[in-house]
Amino acid sequence: MTALPPFQTVLDEHSAAVMGILRGAVGHEGAEDCFQETFLAALRAYPKLEDSRNLRGWLLTIAHRKAIDHHRARGRNPVPVAEVAEVAVEDGNPERDEELWAAVGALPPKQRAAVALRYGSDLPHGEIAAALGCSPEAARRSLHEGLKRLRKELA
Amino acid sequence: MSTKTPMTDSALEVFKARAAEEGLLDVAYATADSPFGPLLLAQTRRGLVRVGLPGQNSDELLADLAERVSPRVLEAPGALDDVRRELDLYFDGKLDSFDLPLDWQLSGGFRQQVLRAINRIPYGQTRSYTEMARKAGNERAVRAAGTACGSNPIPLVVPCHRVLRTGGALGGYAGGLPMKEALLQLEGVLDESPAS
Repeated sequence: MTALPPFQTVLDEHSAAVMGILRGAVGHEGAEDCFQETFLAALRAYPKLEDSRNLRGWLLTIAHRKAIDHHRARGRNPVPVAEVAEVAVEDGNPERDEELWAAVGALPPKQRAAVALRYGSDLPHGEIAAALGCSPEAARRSLHEGLKRLRKELA
Repeated sequence: MSTKTPMTDSALEVFKARAAEEGLLDVAYATADSPFGPLLLAQTRRGLVRVGLPGQNSDELLADLAERVSPRVLEAPGALDDVRRELDLYFDGKLDSFDLPLDWQLSGGFRQQVLRAINRIPYGQTRSYTEMARKAGNERAVRAAGTACGSNPIPLVVPCHRVLRTGGALGGYAGGLPMKEALLQLEGVLDESPAS
């Protein structure tokens, strides 16, 4: 087993990425709350964590759950996700991530949610549609529009 | 980190305050200035558990705390205000006895006995390693007493700098001999130009 680093190191290395993804998923307003909930849950579970090799994937999985809780608590579009994907999100370049998620945060709500759920949380199209309370076709369209806009924005 | 925005910083502050409230902050640490360079201070809910001297590797000390005490290690400067204040007074020559709760968990058995004995050496006085071995209950374990002294996790506050070789030679110090000399000068034990 690899020794767990001090939790401060986890914060230093991943807090910006978590905040970026939460902003994309729930918007600036809700992101701070979700951020607290994410890191408190992580800190609670941390000493029992058995594998310290993919801390970012672990944190993003928790952040994803907190974003769903947030949407659920808001009472809009309950999210019937049977099972949260435990797959790790690939590590990218954090600075590039920040820029990207900032652009995602600037998208109109439906597009933003579709992009965040697809790429931040790895949800399949069917579940995105369920989360957004629209048809799979509409979810696909929101995602498509969102991506088109991002490509233009970040080109 | 350069990518951190002000909002993330405030979110971090709130997170740490809530972690402390929920009893999730097992090891709080901070750095403090000293005349010898930066110190690393770490405490548990029981008390001060580790002082890192200038020149000691902070990352290694924190990794060691994560492994031996708890991985819930967070930087929390406010939590160490009392320790920082007493150390400042000590370095100014205005404090001759620390009044801080200590957490001895990093030292077990005989070592802890030696360190507790060292903790009772009054300001401005010195003892020999042999005396410390005797006080800890085993006069013949002089070498073990020396090792305990050298592995003191809470230097300065637990004053291992007050332990010298029989005959008065300085022995060793984790912060380097010049620092040990300077501390003994501060406490008036050594003249400004000590014979070493």
